Amino acid sequence: MKLAGFGAVAVLLALPAVLNKYALTVFIFMFFYAFLGQAWNIVGGYAGQLSAGHAAFVGVGAYAAALLSAQAGLTPWIGMFIGGGLAAVLGTVVGFLGFRFGLRGFYFVLLTVAFAEICRIVALNTDAVGGALGFYITYTGNPWQFQFGDNRVYYYVALALMLGATGIVAWIERSRFGAYLTAIREDENASEALGVNTFKYKMLAMVVSSFLTGVGGTFYAFSLFSLQPNAVFGIPLSVEIIIRPIVGGAGTVLGPILGSFILSPLAEISRNYFAQHGWAGAHLIAYGVLLVSVVLFLPQGAYPAARSLLARWRR
Amino acid sequence: MSLLELVRVSKHFGGLQAVNGLSLQMEAGEILGLIGPNGAGKTTAFNLISGFLKPDAGEIRFRGRSLIGLKPHAICLLGLTRTFQLVRPFPHLSVAANVRVGALARHPRSREALARALAVVEQVGLAAKAETPAGSLTLAERKRLELARALATEPTLLLLDEVMAGLTATETEAMVGLIRRINESGVSVLLIEHNMRAVMSLSHRIAVLSFGEKIAEGAPAAVAGHPRVIEAYLGEDYEHAAQA
Amino acid sequence: MDLTLIGQGLLNGLLFGGVYSLMAVGLTLIFGVMRVVNFAHGDMMIWGMYLAWVLATRLGLDPYVGFVACAAVLFLLGVGLQRWLVDRIVDAPHEMQILLMLGVALVLENGALVVFGPDPQRVRSSLTQATVWLGPIFVDVGRLLSFVVALALTLALYLFLTRTDLGRMMRAASDNSYGALVIGTDVRRVYAVAFGIGAACVGAAGALVSPILPFQPSGGLSLSVASFNIVIIGGMGSLLGAFVGGLLVSVAESFGAVFLSPSMKELVSFSLLIAILLFRPAGLFGKSSA
Repeated sequence: MKLAGFGAVAVLLALPAVLNKYALTVFIFMFFYAFLGQAWNIVGGYAGQLSAGHAAFVGVGAYAAALLSAQAGLTPWIGMFIGGGLAAVLGTVVGFLGFRFGLRGFYFVLLTVAFAEICRIVALNTDAVGGALGFYITYTGNPWQFQFGDNRVYYYVALALMLGATGIVAWIERSRFGAYLTAIREDENASEALGVNTFKYKMLAMVVSSFLTGVGGTFYAFSLFSLQPNAVFGIPLSVEIIIRPIVGGAGTVLGPILGSFILSPLAEISRNYFAQHGWAGAHLIAYGVLLVSVVLFLPQGAYPAARSLLARWRR
Repeated sequence: MSLLELVRVSKHFGGLQAVNGLSLQMEAGEILGLIGPNGAGKTTAFNLISGFLKPDAGEIRFRGRSLIGLKPHAICLLGLTRTFQLVRPFPHLSVAANVRVGALARHPRSREALARALAVVEQVGLAAKAETPAGSLTLAERKRLELARALATEPTLLLLDEVMAGLTATETEAMVGLIRRINESGVSVLLIEHNMRAVMSLSHRIAVLSFGEKIAEGAPAAVAGHPRVIEAYLGEDYEHAAQA
Repeated sequence: MDLTLIGQGLLNGLLFGGVYSLMAVGLTLIFGVMRVVNFAHGDMMIWGMYLAWVLATRLGLDPYVGFVACAAVLFLLGVGLQRWLVDRIVDAPHEMQILLMLGVALVLENGALVVFGPDPQRVRSSLTQATVWLGPIFVDVGRLLSFVVALALTLALYLFLTRTDLGRMMRAASDNSYGALVIGTDVRRVYAVAFGIGAACVGAAGALVSPILPFQPSGGLSLSVASFNIVIIGGMGSLLGAFVGGLLVSVAESFGAVFLSPSMKELVSFSLLIAILLFRPAGLFGKSSA
């Protein structure tokens, strides 16, 4: 299994040599959304706390890094950690309110959505960050400003993010942290009775998840060069983030990656189809259908299903 | 200093007084059986002791230390672990992974915890099912798993809530033997049970609850013949049976 | 403090509250009977609005008559959703239900986007042009009519639940689904009807709102949020709570519109939701979730 993993990484490293510009972009965002999905996976998959407002963390990280770069001249290579930190602060607030007040399931989902929407509305109405028109980043192509003339650099950065996050999740899974998160997901009260400080571990998961997501915000800002509140804080982005790990297998290391490899081509195809007919954003219909299908037929996600299929086939 | 001390503990839910001025003492090394009709407040007492509920009045002390206001996980780390009446396995995790969660309380390193967990799994007789997902176990196996998980936290005092409910006669005998062996290895046990034969043969002492109050306490034989106990279980008409 | 302004705000809020109540009653019925949170509630209402628009523009049917058709179509949608989708995951963990309904919401919202386009629409009804003056305050006949019809429908629902066999079975299943099964209730049928009625409520509500406010596919989320706000305040599963909550929230929003800008209004709405989530998740009359 390990050999297959190294082989896959080697292939991914070599790919840019043969991909055209369009395919390269598809891969870049495939890796990037896998990264975001992996970050979400920590709190949404392993800890089982369904957050539908993770776009808030992307937005906070993105605006922070962009503003620091434009107004303080701070290189986004440092700005991304500040952005991540601020996102983690927001994550702490949301997590604290949610977990302290015992919000579970549907109530917690609503809380996360409410926070993301509040961020969106505040950004829309704050002229200092561009308001409804958005915030634009001047293109300089300067690597110190996290801008790269060559798309292939973006490719490798995105790949590094994805592999990095995956490494973190793999480590978590093997550690006590991960075992406790899984226990909390399975049965919170039983975990408490076994000595698990459920509040502390849920908070930790939230902080790590929101931090990583915030770091991703910098990549978002400096690859798209424009920040629109509705796009960067909106529900559609939150859906993009959660659908990959859910389809691929929430609470598994490879789930978000597999999910992204399934979703991104699907998204491209349906986006092109709908765009041809003049309906922007309607590719979300495909997401909706996919979500429903996964819940009904593959509730554990594609990866666990594939794994048990493989196990059965081997016998 | 007693191992566990409840001093005039009370808890009410709305208009219902679930536990009323309950005082109880347990010494290290003993098995104390807690019996009483349904609704007597036994599980509420467990919830109060283990930190899932906060008492309205009274004191609860474990090894001299007050447990009031502590969260359940903190109480577990002090050495007091409880099981649940309706078993709560982690359904998607294997038996070994389930027990490992308990073992991690004392052994933070994953590999050590797993080794400890497997030892406990062996001890309760579930070694053959170590890799099976807990969701596919039979009831008797789930009860053993519940016990194993609690045991893995290396408690000084184990609170068992109707751990024999729903078991066949053979399974019950096995469970009784298991609990006795656990006690002999140094773990004190406070158990809620409806199975009279089991609790009478296991316990060193018995306390009887009725309507949230303790109505009798003592050696099993003495308690069994106590008129108030008979009255509580069978009603006033049978009180005279004690004299017989 | 301009008393006229307050009075107007109060009246407008109350009248619009009838529709809010109807919308919330639908959501709370679904939750009360099945413990399912309908994340697609707002998007169903949007479809109710668009159906009314289609009936008005293609058939010249006034929404104050056409709401019956909207309710009927959405009833079928609700029953269908329950039978083919929700029924399969009634025993699944709550997260699965949420994701399922989220998926349905995505399909409904973007389906509307594809079919009707992104631009706001409004339904023209002859009745909405009229206003009646009560001293310094004016009554929008359209709103008044919406209120009256919504009230009538809510009352009809109440009678259904208390006087008919099916309605009583629904309340039984709501209190204790296992017990209801024991006494021979066809729980699946009860669930299907409950979901259908819940959807019908919101379909009718959508039709009744269509002549009053402009609507567009992306409005589904804020309607869902408004529904959740109301239902959580009033108590999940409580019909009376949903009704009272609808009036309360509508009046609050009405005041908000008078004294605040529209974007601030949304901010207040979400902040209110957070406050309610933190401090009163059981609501005024509520049941706890299973």
